[in-house]
This record gives sequence, structure tokens and C-alpha cells, in this order.
Amino acid sequence: MTRISIINGRLVDPANGIDKTLDLHLGQGVVQGLGPTPKGHTPDRTIDARGLIVCPGLVDLSAHLREPGAEHKATIASETAAAAAAGITTLCCSPETDPVVDTPAVVELIRRKAKHSGRCMVLPVGALTRGLYGEELAEMAALKAAGCQVVSNGSHPLKSTLVQRRALEYAGTYGLTVFLRAEDSALRDGGCAHEGPVSVRLGLAGIPEAAETVAVARDIALCEQTSVHVHFRGLSTAKAVRMLERARKDRVAVSADVAAHQLFLTELDVDGFDSRCHLDPPLRNLADRDGLRAGVAKGTIGAICSDHQPHEPDAKEAPFPATASGMSGLETLLPLALRLVDEGVMALPQAIARVTCGPAHVLGMPIGRLSLGARADVCVFDPEAHWILDPQALRSRGHNTPFAGWELRGRVRYSLFEGRLVHEA
Amino acid sequence: MTHPAELQLDERGRLKHFLTIDGLSRELLTEILDKAESFAGVTERTVKKVPLLRGKVIANLFFEPSTRTRTTFELAAKRLSADVLNIHISTSATTKGETLLDTLRNLEAMHVDMFVVRHADSGAAHFIARHAAPHVSVINAGDGRHAHPTQAMLDMFTIRRKIGHIADLRVAIVGDILHSRVARSQILALNTLGAAEVRVIAPRTLLPAGVRTLGVHPFNDLTEGIRDVDVIIMLRLQKERMRGAFLPSEHEYFRLFGLTEERLAAAHADTIVMHPGPMNRGVEVSSEVADGPRSVILAQVTFGIAVRMAVMSMAMHTGDGVRAG
Repeated sequence: MTRISIINGRLVDPANGIDKTLDLHLGQGVVQGLGPTPKGHTPDRTIDARGLIVCPGLVDLSAHLREPGAEHKATIASETAAAAAAGITTLCCSPETDPVVDTPAVVELIRRKAKHSGRCMVLPVGALTRGLYGEELAEMAALKAAGCQVVSNGSHPLKSTLVQRRALEYAGTYGLTVFLRAEDSALRDGGCAHEGPVSVRLGLAGIPEAAETVAVARDIALCEQTSVHVHFRGLSTAKAVRMLERARKDRVAVSADVAAHQLFLTELDVDGFDSRCHLDPPLRNLADRDGLRAGVAKGTIGAICSDHQPHEPDAKEAPFPATASGMSGLETLLPLALRLVDEGVMALPQAIARVTCGPAHVLGMPIGRLSLGARADVCVFDPEAHWILDPQALRSRGHNTPFAGWELRGRVRYSLFEGRLVHEA
Repeated sequence: MTHPAELQLDERGRLKHFLTIDGLSRELLTEILDKAESFAGVTERTVKKVPLLRGKVIANLFFEPSTRTRTTFELAAKRLSADVLNIHISTSATTKGETLLDTLRNLEAMHVDMFVVRHADSGAAHFIARHAAPHVSVINAGDGRHAHPTQAMLDMFTIRRKIGHIADLRVAIVGDILHSRVARSQILALNTLGAAEVRVIAPRTLLPAGVRTLGVHPFNDLTEGIRDVDVIIMLRLQKERMRGAFLPSEHEYFRLFGLTEERLAAAHADTIVMHPGPMNRGVEVSSEVADGPRSVILAQVTFGIAVRMAVMSMAMHTGDGVRAG
């Protein structure tokens, strides 16, 4: 196994409170030293990171890799390569595949393919219910044994609050973390855009704020009842953030993340029936965007994720309500986090924390940090590289991004996964 | 992404597509009404044709059933001497795998010059306009809950014919605003043409959230809402609204929001009553009112042809400056 030293870089490791010029020495797949070269460490390669930022590899709590079942959209190989190019070294992939991740065989398949590709750690999220139908429990103990640490029903509703209670208790029995998409599907009622002035004018069926807040209230109550750690995936409203804040103050074991795009786009971007902005949960209003930003700044929302949903071009080529929702997000995760710094929302170490140790904390894993002995997952990026996003130039198979033409800051120069260089540019 | 308003005008600011009233100027809307006025004579002549669109092929592309709108578009096209293709596309045909874009390309290959589109999805006409070949014009004949701009313009035309002007009028629109593309387009047209006040009258379940952002004053009481208005527009109530828990019953709706002679007394004596059709007699409007002296419902249908002729000829840039009357 190769030994690599990354020298002269500005090392930002929020988990350990480090932000200074410091050399990093990797070997045996782990962090072997910080600062002076450890005894006996003779690097096979030395990376001069002068002018660059060295931080832990990014951890993404939500990415759709589309395999198995939708290989026309993307594959594990294509998307893990895109993740590596984006500095992401660990990602959770959604159980919404075909077949769904409700048996150990599918978990095994995904893990094997990811290992073969070898670009980043893929953590398959198991199904909470069989087939994601929301009625019967999935064999969660078996999923756990096969390597799942998280279970979720994706964006599919559970049949009842009773099923939800039982699912939480059963998942809790095996120490699984539960990801919930907070949405009351009845209130959503087939909506495809935020219920607000834009959807009203465009005649798009609206998704009210209450579709999220009703579910958050219910889920917090169930979380309190069952004492099982619930993580809200992808909040979209300012009210939900306030509810979460209150619950956390009351010591309820709830956490949350937000998709990076929710911190920049609003319902106004949907105007003109822009299907690239057909997202789920929908883009809401400016007050929501600001509420989410405040939640991320305070740490109420501990993680920012890509909510990566690559699509083939045809999926977005239809009248707005008939298009598939979601955007290709891996490669904008880091640049958008940096943009929060530029827009004065938070300092750099905090922004890095939300894409490294923040999500790692949700997973309860010792990753997203550069502690001695930690897995040698590192992202080295040029913070001053400005670039214009050209969708065709994305490495992901999905070129569906509403950020086309945006000037972004931050280019990943090196990604290291388990101490191996998996991306270099 | 191109704003709809830019999408529908060419580089000289002339109408290229007619997708929504949103973003169009008062001058342009007035031009449509004036042009329609010049065509209104044509429909009353013995030879009911003008050669403005001779040699042009117009495809009526209806993804949703419609009799009246399609027929008036067809008549309008024929009176402009265009060749008309009527294409009904059941949703099942598109679920066979052919996308909307495929359908469009196939028709373009048949050298169609204009698409008149009706589709159940909001934004469908914009989508087609954005992807159509540069020489093709698209007219929105109703997309989802979004817009039905020719219907709104024929309503404006009717009001102007019956009252003489639109500026400074008070207009009440009664019924299912939430699901109505007609109401959305009417509101935009009325406000652009300078109406003094646009009111919407319905129970809250049938009003969009934050309805005021559309530029209207909401009322929940019919009698109060139609007081002092010059025009009352009744909207059709779809039967499925009862199943969706929007309303308890047709009976209760008619009792509270149905327009009867008795109710109409709250408005002043020369208030006109309109309905974009098809009507549910005894649900939103009583027969005495629908067939009564204040009703201009049949005139709306007749004027629909002239207004559609105007829009079609303007979008094809034919007869600019030619008076057809």
C-alpha cells in the first residue's frame, strides 16, 4: 500500500478543530501523522498542496446511484467516479432501486459493485418496509447483517402511523438509524411545486408547507415515544427547522439534513416551467431558504447533502408536471458549501463540517475527520478556482442541473479514498 | 430559462406563439381585440372566408377531449383558408412510449405551420413552443390549470362588444378558481386591460392559497361579491370536486354560489352574465339566468371564432395592416 504525504496545504479538519498549514501523512490506508513526518514514513508520493485546502473526504447522506434497475440513468461505476471527482469519499445510496434494497442480496450486489469500482465507500440504505410499500417490515436484521447501517422508506409513504411506530421500534432494536422523508402524502395530493405565488400563477398543483410540518410533528412525536434516532432527510421549510430546534432542545433524538440546492434556489426558479427545478421536496420561498440557512449555520441541521438524482435527458423533456423530479448534485456539493461562506452564512470550517463530520455524526461513524488512525479519506481542493458549470462537462451520467451557467468556486484537485489516489485533476 | 413572455414574442415584439396572457402588453391585447373586430364581419358574410392562411397547415393537437374549443379553432382556421388536421391523441397512445416530443417531430415532418394544443399538463404549450421548429407557431388551447388565453380574449371581446370598454369595470369570477385555467387567464387579461377590480367568489376550498397574489379580491359570499359589479363570470363546476372533498354537494353549492334571478338582484340592472361553458344548469347557474336577458353566453361562442382568427393570423404574421372586414 502506498504512502502519501500532502504537504504545505491549509488543513481544515473541523472535527478536530484544526485550521492551519499542516502536513498530512497517509499510509496503510489510514492517517499516520500530522505535521512532522512520522518516523519510518517514506512517502511514495508527495503532493504539494500549497494554496490548496486539505480536508476530510466528503460524506454525502443521500445519492441515487440508479443501479440496479435504472442503468440508463446512471451506474454505480459512473456515479462513484463522479463522487470521487467531487471529493466525496463516502455516500449513502437510496433503497429506491429495482429491485429495492430490501434483501441482503441487493445490499451485497451494490457493495460488490462499489468495491469493484473502488472510488468511494458506498453505504446502501436498506428498505424500512418490504418493497417500500409501507405495509410490512423489511427484514432489517438481515439487512444490518449484510452491511446496512441506515434504513429508510425513501420518498414512499408508510401506510399508517402505526406501521411507522413499529418500523421505528424494530429498526431501533438492531441499532439502525432511520432516515425519514418528512411528508404527508395525502396533503401533497399529487402536487409538483411549492404551494405559493409561482405555482398558483403557473397552475401547477401545489405542495403545501403543511405537507412537511405535519409529518415533522408526527415523526418527532413518534421519535419521542420510541426513543429511536430519527434523521430527517431533506427538509425544505423554515417552520420544520424551528420545530426541530425545539425538539432537540427537549432532548429528542432527531437530526436533519438539507439538500445543498435548497440553500440557493427558490420557487421563483421554477418560473417559465423550468423542469430542471422540478425537485422533491419542492423549492420553497425565500423565507424558507433563509430559515434553512440559519438552521445549517446554527447546526440544527448538521449535514448538507447532494440529494443526487441523475436522469437521462428525456426524463426532463416533457411538460413540467410530467417530468421526473431531482437534480444531479454530486459535483455541486462542495462548490455550493463554499458559496455559503462567500455569502456570509458561515465560516469555512463550519461549511466543511456540514459536508464531513456533520453527516458522519448522523451515521455514527469515525469518518469525516483526519484523526490519527482514521481512514485515509481526503479531499484536496483549490478554493480559488472559479469555473462556470457546463452540464455536459459533469462526470455524472446525469446532466440535469439547475446550476448550469453558474460561476462556482472550488475545484477538487485530489481525492484519496482509503489512502489511494482516486481522482487527480 | 426563457421567460414565457419572451418566448411568445418574436424579435420585433410581434406575437409568435400565444401561450399565456402573462407578460403581454395592453397594446398587444387591444390589437388582438381590434383584429378580432375586423374578423367579426367575416363570420356574418355569405362567403365566410378570407385567404390569409391559404396554403398553411394547422394541426389541432388535442390531448384532452373538447368539442367546442376544437370546433371554433377549426372554423377559425378554415375561414382563414388554412388546411386543418384534427389530431386526437389519447393518453394511452403516449403511454405506448411515444413521447410528446416524438409526436411533435412527426407532425413537423408533415410540414405543419401551426399547432393548436390542448393538454392536461400545465406548461405543455410552453414545452411544445420551446421545442418546435423556428417557423412553427403554437397556440395554447388550454394547458392543465395554467392558461386558456384565447378563451380569456374572447371573453374580453364579448365584454367590450356588450359594454363598450374594459377599463374601469368591476368583474366578479365565481366558482372553482383553484382548478381553472380560464380564470387565471381572465384575471391576467382583465388586469392588463385596466379593469377597476377583479373579484373571485368561492368557498376557500376552491380558491388557491394566497389568491390575492393573482391580483384579485376574494369573497366567500356571492351576494356580497357581486354587489356593484358590471360583469359576472360563472365557472363550470366539475363533478369530481365532490369526491376530492372540496365541496359537500352540488345542492349546497347551488344554494350558496349558484346564480339565480333572485341573487342577480344584488348586482346592478345592466350587469352581464358570462360562462365559458359547458354549463351545468342548476349547479352553478339557473336556467332563467343562463337564458335570460343579461346572459351573453351564446355571444361568447360566436365571438370565439373571430378572436381565434385574429390570434392565428397575428401569430402567422399574415394580413399585417390588412383590414379583412
